[in-house]
Amino acid sequence: MKAPRTTIRRKLVTAMMLTSTTVLLLVGAVFVAHDVVSFRRLLVQALITRANILAANSTAALAFRNPEDAGQILAALKTDPRMIAAALYDQKGRLFATYPASVPPGTVPPASGPIGHRFEKSDLVVSQPVAEEGQSLGTLYLKSDLKELDDRLRVDAMVVLLAVLGSIVVAFAFSTWLQRRIAQPILTLANVARNVSEHKDYSLRAKGAGDDEVGVLAGAFDEMLSEIQQRDKEIRQLNVDLERRVNARTAELEGANKELEAFSYSVSHDLRAPLRHIDGFVELLAKHAGPSLDEKGRRHLATISTAAQRMGALIDDLLVFSRMGRSEMRKTSVDLAALTEEVVQELKADAGNRCVEWKLGKLPTVQGDPSMLRLVLVNLLANALKYSGPKEAARIEVEAQSQNGELIVSVRDNGVGFDPTYSHKLFGVFQRLHGSDEFEGTGIGLANVRRIVSRHGGRTWADGTINEGATFYFSLPK
Amino acid sequence: MTMLKRILLAEDNENDVELTMTALAENHLANEVVVVRDGAEAWDFLCHEGTFAGRNGGNPAVVLLDLKMPKVDGLELLRRMRQDPRFKAVPVVVLTSSREESDIVQSYRLGVNAFVVKPVAFEEFIGAVKNLGLFWAVLNEPPPDRIQSPSAA
Repeated sequence: MKAPRTTIRRKLVTAMMLTSTTVLLLVGAVFVAHDVVSFRRLLVQALITRANILAANSTAALAFRNPEDAGQILAALKTDPRMIAAALYDQKGRLFATYPASVPPGTVPPASGPIGHRFEKSDLVVSQPVAEEGQSLGTLYLKSDLKELDDRLRVDAMVVLLAVLGSIVVAFAFSTWLQRRIAQPILTLANVARNVSEHKDYSLRAKGAGDDEVGVLAGAFDEMLSEIQQRDKEIRQLNVDLERRVNARTAELEGANKELEAFSYSVSHDLRAPLRHIDGFVELLAKHAGPSLDEKGRRHLATISTAAQRMGALIDDLLVFSRMGRSEMRKTSVDLAALTEEVVQELKADAGNRCVEWKLGKLPTVQGDPSMLRLVLVNLLANALKYSGPKEAARIEVEAQSQNGELIVSVRDNGVGFDPTYSHKLFGVFQRLHGSDEFEGTGIGLANVRRIVSRHGGRTWADGTINEGATFYFSLPK
Repeated sequence: MTMLKRILLAEDNENDVELTMTALAENHLANEVVVVRDGAEAWDFLCHEGTFAGRNGGNPAVVLLDLKMPKVDGLELLRRMRQDPRFKAVPVVVLTSSREESDIVQSYRLGVNAFVVKPVAFEEFIGAVKNLGLFWAVLNEPPPDRIQSPSAA
């Protein structure tokens, strides 16, 4: 979890400052506008009042058509610097008197205008009727500058500006304090979340994150953490249990394996010794008492000797078979073609001058234990050679083909074959489908083949017909 | 000329002793064969201790050693001999029923001179023992006594 780009603190302060500044500015603008409008109204009112007073004072001068008096009355305006100009018009609207006495042309209108007031550029203009007892005598025109309004506006702006600036300072102080109250719990929560995700420490808690929504969030977060911690603990416990069970089972297996090894050691050592003694003493007996025994007696001695030797062979085979299941597999690349060729060459020497046609198909390189796979080939090819012995022209074929992701190797001969009814017995230990007087052997070879192939993850099976040959298959996973 | 060195046969089984002696006898060897029944006795013989205290003669020409014996077994005796400068160079031939790979590996690791599995068939057994006797007692020149370490010479 990386650190956020902008902090929530800054966001909060920015939001609060933006809001308060905007509100302040709006309020200031409204205040200034309102003040200007009411001040203008006041100015107008004051000017109209002054005009009314002047008009009332001027009635006599107008009635008697005395411009000098009128001029003096208007001259009283000079006490007020705001007054720019003034003019009196007679009944017919002609200019009668002005203030100042001589005005530059264009300062006052040449003839009376409409009654009322209006703002002209930087001036305020008022025209009031001069009347007496309901009879109109003329019109009074007054022109005042708006300097006062400008001053007022300037002061207002200054006041508003100062107020805004002061308020911003106060608002900043407030928002800083407030954001701390709002942001702190969130920051605490974020911190805890970051620590949890970084250190995978589920024992951390975000408690005390306030009583608002953040508090609810922190509570939910804590609850989730508790849940995770609990499950974590359970998983750990399960793992420990599992490991302990695996260890116990492994120890058991190791024990069993040791026992098995001890067993096979005693078989190897202790079972062979008496056999050797039987054979040895039978031999000594034959030498010592042979001449005095009859034919039958000598035959019995020979049988005892043969039986002892056969049992020795059986024990040796059984030990090899047991070792085959226990010994460690050393898997490497094995060139089946070269291995088969090697085995065939060896067997050719044993075949003597028999007529045997060897046909080797294309064989690939596989992964496996070379010495074990060699034993498989030796067993299968030696069987093929042995059981095709009675044929005049023996033919032995080795082929390989890929099927459904596995390699299937077949060894086919045209020998005596077997009754397919018993094909399931072929791969059993010491199982034979032919009498030992017919073909020699203990019946361990195919059991070894099956054990080795199954340790390589493959299968073994066979097809056969009596007197028409047999095919033995084994598969190896690719 | 010194007297012929003896052959030490360490074998606990009486039948095996008899068969081995019979086989050795077929060689008409002049060497005396001393039979001990376990590793401890063999050690006594080598060290001139116990029942063999005061025996004459030096180290045997060869020790024919069975592996499985009571008290001190064959591998243990072999280890002791190879750790002792006096017997380090004495030829030892393991003569056993066991064909276990671990025994073979272990024996060679401990410095055995030969490892022979006793064949079940008596004819083969006789042949094997005859060959052994002929080779180790007659053909092979055993190390002279007290040559064990060059510094002691």
